[in-house]
Amino acid sequence: MLFNFAAPLIFILAGALFIALNLVISRLLQPRFPSVGKATTYECGEIPIGTSWIQFNIRFYVIALIFVIFDVEIVFLIPWAVVFKDLGLFAFVEMMIFIGMLLLGLAYAWRKGDLEWDKPETDKFSREAAPELFEEISARPEKVTGELVG
Amino acid sequence: MKDLLDSILQGSSFLANLSEVALAILLLAIAGLLFAGVAAVCALVFVYVERKVAAHMQDRLGPMEVNTGIPLLKNIGHGWAQTIADALKLLLKEDIVPGAADRKLHLIAPFIIFCSVLAAVTVLPFGEKLVVSDMNIGVFFVLAITSFSVIGMILAGWASNNKWSLLGGMRSAAQIVSYEIPSGLAVLIVVMQVGSLNFGDIVAAQAGGLFHWNVFRFFPLNLIAFLIAFLATLAEANRAPFDLPEAESELTAGFATEYSGFKWAVFFLSEYFNMFLIGVFLSSLFLGGWHSPFGGLLGGFFDKGLWQPFWVILKAVVIIFLQMWLRWTLPRLRVDQLMYTSWKVLTPFAFGLIFFIGLWMLF
Amino acid sequence: MNAFDISFYIFAAGAVVSAAVMVFARNLIYCAVGLLFALANVAAIYVLLGADFLAATQLMIYVGGILALLLFGIMLSVKFTGVELRTGTLQMLPGLLVVAGLLGLLIRMILRTEWAMLEPGEFQPTTASIGRHFMTDYLIPFEVASVLLLVALIGAAYMARREKS
Repeated sequence: MLFNFAAPLIFILAGALFIALNLVISRLLQPRFPSVGKATTYECGEIPIGTSWIQFNIRFYVIALIFVIFDVEIVFLIPWAVVFKDLGLFAFVEMMIFIGMLLLGLAYAWRKGDLEWDKPETDKFSREAAPELFEEISARPEKVTGELVG
Repeated sequence: MKDLLDSILQGSSFLANLSEVALAILLLAIAGLLFAGVAAVCALVFVYVERKVAAHMQDRLGPMEVNTGIPLLKNIGHGWAQTIADALKLLLKEDIVPGAADRKLHLIAPFIIFCSVLAAVTVLPFGEKLVVSDMNIGVFFVLAITSFSVIGMILAGWASNNKWSLLGGMRSAAQIVSYEIPSGLAVLIVVMQVGSLNFGDIVAAQAGGLFHWNVFRFFPLNLIAFLIAFLATLAEANRAPFDLPEAESELTAGFATEYSGFKWAVFFLSEYFNMFLIGVFLSSLFLGGWHSPFGGLLGGFFDKGLWQPFWVILKAVVIIFLQMWLRWTLPRLRVDQLMYTSWKVLTPFAFGLIFFIGLWMLF
Repeated sequence: MNAFDISFYIFAAGAVVSAAVMVFARNLIYCAVGLLFALANVAAIYVLLGADFLAATQLMIYVGGILALLLFGIMLSVKFTGVELRTGTLQMLPGLLVVAGLLGLLIRMILRTEWAMLEPGEFQPTTASIGRHFMTDYLIPFEVASVLLLVALIGAAYMARREKS
């Protein structure tokens, strides 16, 4: 069994070696012309204002929290799934109690809005274009061809 | 691969003088470097395929210019050498690290992401004996190791010291983390039916032709499980329609904004190799692994020898094509739609499936 | 000194060094990376003990979940240029005395306990037996664990919500 687990470990080391080799080759072959412009933070051509610190939404933390709880649940589910075929109804009922508890938790989080993410407020804007603009455009048929207007 | 090691040790007396451990490490290291090289080539091929698929779906031609002048290969045409040229270009580009960035973390992040994907490939079976590591907890190990990429993305986003990188990295992490739950649950359904986490056992339980594959059993529940697993792994790979963290029009390149040259190439190598990993993973769990769809036809001729890796790669390519098809057909989901899909649709459905399949298996 | 022992010492040293990085580093994110390597090395030690399921659990929950949670928490609360963790030197002497006392206590405990030794032989897969034990012998702790998880979820979500408002 130790061989089976050594395999991913050696693969991780081999992968790191592969990338390190390539980075060294790249370092040998690449041009190096450092300049002030290259060292600044990229912001699509604009000069960045202020530090790169943003006040994050607390939602990221809440989602990660709920994830950890359900992750632990999956870890409990896995040994059960492996023996489920051999044990019978009793194991099924026990696990359904377990899952039921955690579904209660999911329902609680759902109800209290922890699973919500910020929605864009599309309801504030009317979905129809201004009617008078529409009238004006449709009243001048000769300008609706491919010619440039104005 | 343990069998290969044992046969080498018994066969050659010179090599048997080395300790078994040293030989094992050597063999695995060679296999590891080989797999890493294959990952790079695989990514090159898939990038080219993606560009061609995208092009033809958008009624244009895609890369056509770059062919080589080598006499035999010249006539293939169709710009087949495009990604080779791109890969060489990336090796030759200057590695720009912004002045305010954290150099050590900037360097570590690509390693974490690539190494985790490479480690996950060791458990996947490419044939009856063609598996590097026949782990007893194979499925669980793949789930566990793919969660390393979350850390890599957060570190990449942080280390760049760039608002967009940070936001992209956090969003990627939140997305991957949300979709790990339905993915794990859908995979658990297959484990329930087979009773083992070992990939060899799971594939062996699907022997016998098309209708013995897991996706067609317990119809239609396993099909729904396959769909949930497909969507969840698609989201975990940050592929469209779930690719908000790397959307070019939204966040430039997301967490990879401040990466250039080979380090950037590593991120995309990892992404395409992850797609291949998902293809092989899903095909082993649901689509019969290395079994042919013909079953006992011709005395099981299609189920032996070199046919096995052929079927595995064919099925993986079909799934990858499906992923590319979805990318170039569907518009991108918004962040809140992403979270909604994962927590309020896929997870309850997956729990429901576990309940119903459990009931079905009992009665 | 066979390969098994050598690998144990490598992983143990890796865990200790990473833990030292975690404790002594000035930059908070470096501490988190130190924690990552410490947890990964502990998972490797679990493998050496034959606890394959536990090793994968360690990787999945601790690294994939708890560490990500910690990093999210750091991102939410720290200004970007990195917080310098400064500890004062005011209480150095009493601190050293307490640490020395604790160290002595731990060493005495380690040397005097009768640890359950590993049986020689091939390692057996553990997942199925863990599953069976969950369903039969350890059923009550199993169900209590679900209640505990529910309580943790409700409590943490409540506290996170309150901090926002």
